[in-house]
Amino acid sequence: MKLKNPWPKYYKKGVVTHYCPGCGHGIVHRLVAEVLEEMDLGKRAICVNPAGCAVLAYLYFDFDVIESAHGRGTAIATGVKRSRPDLFVFTYQGDGDLSAIGTAETIHSANRGENISVIFINNAVYGMTGGQLAPTTLIDMKTTTTPLGRDPKYDGYPVHITDIVARFPGVAYAERVAVDSPAGIRKTKKAIAAAFQTQVDGLGYSIIEVLSPCPTNWKMTPVDSFKWVAETMTTEFPLGVLTDKRSKKE
Amino acid sequence: MNKIFMSGNHTFGEAAIRAGCQCYFGYPITPQNELGEYMADHMRRENRVFIQSESETAAINMVIGAAATGARAMTSSSSPGISLKQEGISFLAGFELPAVIVNVMRGGPGLGNIAPAQGDYFQATRGGGHGDYRTPVFAPASVQEIADLTYNAFEVADRYRTPVMMLSDGMMGQMKEPVVFPEKIEKLPEKEWALKGRGDGPSRYLCSLILDALEMERHNWKLVRKYNEIEKNEMRYEEYMIDDAEIVVIAYGTTARIAKGAIKRVRKDGVRAGLLRPITLWPFPRRVLADLAGRVKQFIVFEMSTGQMLEDVQIAIEGNADITFHGRPGGVVPTPIEFARIIFREYQKVVKK
Repeated sequence: MKLKNPWPKYYKKGVVTHYCPGCGHGIVHRLVAEVLEEMDLGKRAICVNPAGCAVLAYLYFDFDVIESAHGRGTAIATGVKRSRPDLFVFTYQGDGDLSAIGTAETIHSANRGENISVIFINNAVYGMTGGQLAPTTLIDMKTTTTPLGRDPKYDGYPVHITDIVARFPGVAYAERVAVDSPAGIRKTKKAIAAAFQTQVDGLGYSIIEVLSPCPTNWKMTPVDSFKWVAETMTTEFPLGVLTDKRSKKE
Repeated sequence: MNKIFMSGNHTFGEAAIRAGCQCYFGYPITPQNELGEYMADHMRRENRVFIQSESETAAINMVIGAAATGARAMTSSSSPGISLKQEGISFLAGFELPAVIVNVMRGGPGLGNIAPAQGDYFQATRGGGHGDYRTPVFAPASVQEIADLTYNAFEVADRYRTPVMMLSDGMMGQMKEPVVFPEKIEKLPEKEWALKGRGDGPSRYLCSLILDALEMERHNWKLVRKYNEIEKNEMRYEEYMIDDAEIVVIAYGTTARIAKGAIKRVRKDGVRAGLLRPITLWPFPRRVLADLAGRVKQFIVFEMSTGQMLEDVQIAIEGNADITFHGRPGGVVPTPIEFARIIFREYQKVVKK
């Protein structure tokens, strides 16, 4: 049997990413590129990439990209989409970007029901800056700024922003997935395709939260970090469709 | 077009629409609310984009998104809100994206008050946000000039791919005056650099991140070359009764109008006073002032601040003439009589020499 595994059309060839071994970004980047190709959206796609580990995503994606100040992704995406509704617009953001410094932009773009898609990478830490406490850091989890572990009485609790925005009438589709296994990766691709189709159909805001491993900052091997996503992270952030209002829309 | 009677805030909006502004994003703040309200009504009617954003920060980032697609985009606010926009203005400068930002200044620091002031001169002319950049700043002194300069601001923004600030104040924004709008701009400039999806061409990206220090340095010097061009081509000022003047007032915006009234008054008493009014605060008419200081030995700087433009005047004059400063910060609007007294007093020094 010959394996079918062509290089995605919208992923640059011959470029080595800066991501650490075992990082989930490379997987999700590829899934995004594959879905854009399969849905024939790459030619009119504009991605808003974040400040964070994915700040250099435009070096890997082979479609148009605009960088964002930390947290402002969905405000920029709003400007792009409102100016050019014919373009396909999505943000690619991390947990610090989207649910700490960019909380207001996330909440209000979702509440306006902007017809954009959000790919939300949740790895429970600030990756690029070296593994500090993130809004999504699990209770008791050690980070460089919670050296004794996250104490909810001192540091607060993990933020579930996707659950929050899923309640908004303007959010047509929200799902939490994990790139923790081949099956998880296939599910993630399906979820991204569902989100993108939501925008193509003009139904409003869609968000896919992807639980993603960060072996470097978790100080684990890649294999252990994938296991940790599957066994530990999903207990705090259960997987599944959080809202699907697509059928109710006209 | 006929002459109509309109407030400064509404005029900013109408002029922007006529200049081809396709997207407006803003957040309510006094004393510029009428501008956002005007846009909410008229942009929607014209089938253009108006969004009341969740914050000033979001508004300026929506401007970035719209500008990235090549649209003429604008936001407006007043002093505390303009502080919040500084992050986005720095990114606009880094991305080299055009946009127009209107500041209808009020008293500060902090929340200050909602009365007219000129305390944001440093913020506007020195960059305001982080990093090595400049922002062209237009300072209208009448409602008519608000209309004319708003057109100009969009043109300069597009020509040089730079954010442009309109620096006004609560007095200019709230005041009603007759205005004639220039012809509506029908054809907007083509923007080859705008992101519109790669289509069949190569993919492109807009970024301000340049990790390599030498490359970042090259980008900084490239921006400087652009700023040099702006300084060469876009500097504007007005001279008023300056030819025979022995004492010259430097003032901009609202303060310049009041100074004109004061000069008219003292001229009746034989005081040979004139006014130099910077219309662009950056680029500042530095050379004009330097030349003037060869002949005129007494200057007066009037500002509704504790002395900010004063520093640009000092830099320009380089100690070659005396400078008297009179400022009314905090939202106090000075009167022509107040200015006239100061001009008269300072003129006595000139005559005695």
